Amino acid sequence: MRAFRFLMPLAVAGVMSLPCQAEIGDAEAGEKVFQQCKGCHQVGAGAKHRSGPHLNGLFGRQAASLDDFKYSKSFQRAGAGGLEWHAETLDVFLENPRAMTSGTRMSFRGVKDPQDRAHLILYLRQFSDNPADIPEADPTAQAVDHDLDPAILALKGDPEYGAYLSGECTTCHQAAGSDEGIPSITLWPEDQFVVAMHAYKTKKRNHPVMQMIARRLGDEEIAALAAYFKDLEN
Amino acid sequence: MIFNRRTFLGTSAVAAASLAAPMVRAQGKPRVIVIGGGAGGATAARYIAKDSKGAVDVTLIEPTRTYYTCFFSNLYLGGIKEIDDLGHSYGGLAAGGVNVVHDWAVGVDRDAKTVTLAGGGSLPYDKLILSPGIDFVDGAVDGWDLSAQNAMPHAYKGGSQTELLKAQLKAMPEGGTFAMVAPPNPYRCPPGPYERVSMIAHYLKANNPTAKIIVADPKPKFSKMALFQEGWNNHYAGMVDWIGEDFGGGEVSVDPAAMTVTIDGEETKVDVCNVIPAMKAGRIAEIAGVTDGNWAPVNAIDMSSKADPDIHVLGDASQQGDMPKSGFSANSQAKVCANAVRGALTGSKVFPAKFSNTCWSLIDANDGVKVGATYEATAEKIAKVDGFISQTGETSDVRKATYEESEGWYAGITADMFGASV
Ligand SMILES: Cc1cc2nc3c(=O)[nH]c(=O)nc-3n(C[C@H](O)[C@H](O)[C@H](O)COP(=O)(O)OP(=O)(O)OC[C@H]3O[C@@H](n4cnc5c(N)ncnc54)[C@H](O)[C@@H]3O)c2cc1C
Repeated sequence: MRAFRFLMPLAVAGVMSLPCQAEIGDAEAGEKVFQQCKGCHQVGAGAKHRSGPHLNGLFGRQAASLDDFKYSKSFQRAGAGGLEWHAETLDVFLENPRAMTSGTRMSFRGVKDPQDRAHLILYLRQFSDNPADIPEADPTAQAVDHDLDPAILALKGDPEYGAYLSGECTTCHQAAGSDEGIPSITLWPEDQFVVAMHAYKTKKRNHPVMQMIARRLGDEEIAALAAYFKDLEN
Repeated sequence: MIFNRRTFLGTSAVAAASLAAPMVRAQGKPRVIVIGGGAGGATAARYIAKDSKGAVDVTLIEPTRTYYTCFFSNLYLGGIKEIDDLGHSYGGLAAGGVNVVHDWAVGVDRDAKTVTLAGGGSLPYDKLILSPGIDFVDGAVDGWDLSAQNAMPHAYKGGSQTELLKAQLKAMPEGGTFAMVAPPNPYRCPPGPYERVSMIAHYLKANNPTAKIIVADPKPKFSKMALFQEGWNNHYAGMVDWIGEDFGGGEVSVDPAAMTVTIDGEETKVDVCNVIPAMKAGRIAEIAGVTDGNWAPVNAIDMSSKADPDIHVLGDASQQGDMPKSGFSANSQAKVCANAVRGALTGSKVFPAKFSNTCWSLIDANDGVKVGATYEATAEKIAKVDGFISQTGETSDVRKATYEESEGWYAGITADMFGASV
């Protein structure tokens, strides 16, 4: 499998718990990081929706909840499923947007450096109502575990085993790939599939059925499913 | 869990030998007969045919030409779905290589390994899969038997009974009374009667708002009870009177001619009465001699009958352990069974059994809830591993997303059962 950018150098993995510590970043540095977001997002006085929604008042807000912005289905589902924006959830999202919401139209690889993300999150926090009151680690926020072992991503799945296991998926996810009510997983790129399933396993993704299904799938089984669905022909 | 491959060695060796030997049978292929083209049977037939790529001869015996799902039939009663939304033909299965025979199976000769058809003739099998759904226990509700099913429908098998109940609901006089006699455990679809109460209340609220609903229940509690009761209070305040076991809900008799229901000695005249009696495995399981009491005990590892290794029993008819009798469960069991049967007949790889279930219920339009679990095969039974349930007090957004998900599931499972929609 090709190198995958979700991974960060192991050396910085120790910094992962950053948002929970007292000093998480520097808003000024965050403003610089925000340069890469500006093409699609505005923030601050008079900010409007561009191809992405404006980012004022982001903290504590349910994902996909601004009435006047047309969100992707994927985001609408995530919002309805209870995804709220907090330091932790933003950190996960910004690292790799598609790990959290596969169908987001945000075609952005993510901010890979955890320190840069911390800066960015602090910068964005200024545009929420009472920045000083926003805890840097909400008690309600989800536990974050960015560590997806490279060995997991490198696993070669057995498509025959995947075909068998897929029976558990196709009760709901149509093999022919329909996206009504339940997202399509047919022809999903292998690496994204693996990342997403592990995100359910670690509860970074928020869906009780999928968390339950993912919880008992071993690494080999997730790899097998990914190998099967990636080129499922109908 | 480690799957013991040896369980199948005996039969695969036989199958392999007969494949290599000069053809004695038609086409020389191993033959599977599936009785019942519902959630369990249609899935098993489709998967064996699909995955064996023609190496196994699969015949499905099913009397009806259109399968009307019980799942979502409550939504039809509530006016949210049309009857046509629930009907599925067998064209996709036939196109997928399943030999579909529209007839009743009336006998099983386990020594000769043949199935007799109502229309005459018999068919030989190497492996027989039974997924006949349910029948009702005679004398379960005092005063009711099958001859009363037009006056007091059960609507617990799909199709005409559901339509009859809907017609009676529509004809109910203003301010009339709808009664339900709920079944004792175990029965198909644990939340089904209560989703039905919700959907009937939904219909009545819009069309006959002063009507009343009485439920006589032999159980002290039921599936998703807190969620349903919260929903009934929120959406249908004062309309639903649920009488549980503690209040005599199990002491029930009915008089279909007089249209009365007597609960704990108190007689009430009703306008519509939905009697859902105690259930047992579909008759053919008993005829085949694989039942013990009301249900057919099976081995969790491959859904094979405890009475006969060449017969598998799926879905509602089986007694397997912890899984609820649901379409989702039957579909899940069918895939485990299909994998094992194909392995036994063709020597293909057999993977460990894995089961799951999720049951969605609709309380009001866009107010969906769900309960689900995963399961594994142990030596004794299918055992629950893990589960979840919707919470009371969820936001309307969450509930709407849950409902939309259930629609996705309905499209998914019916495609999984019958193949591409035709
Ligand atoms: C009101 C209601 C709501 C429900 N809602 C849900 C839900 O939301 N989700 C869910 O997962 N489940 C739901 N269920 C349960 C679900 O319908 C059953 O659990 C499921 O259909 C069981 O599958 P089965 O294969 O065992 O039987 P069935 O699907 O009933 O199939 C049995 C088939 O066998 C055929 N048959 C019977 N005897 C013979 C014979 N002798 N010869 C040939 N053919 C025969 C019948 O014609 C029938 O087609 C609901 C049920 C009801 C009643």
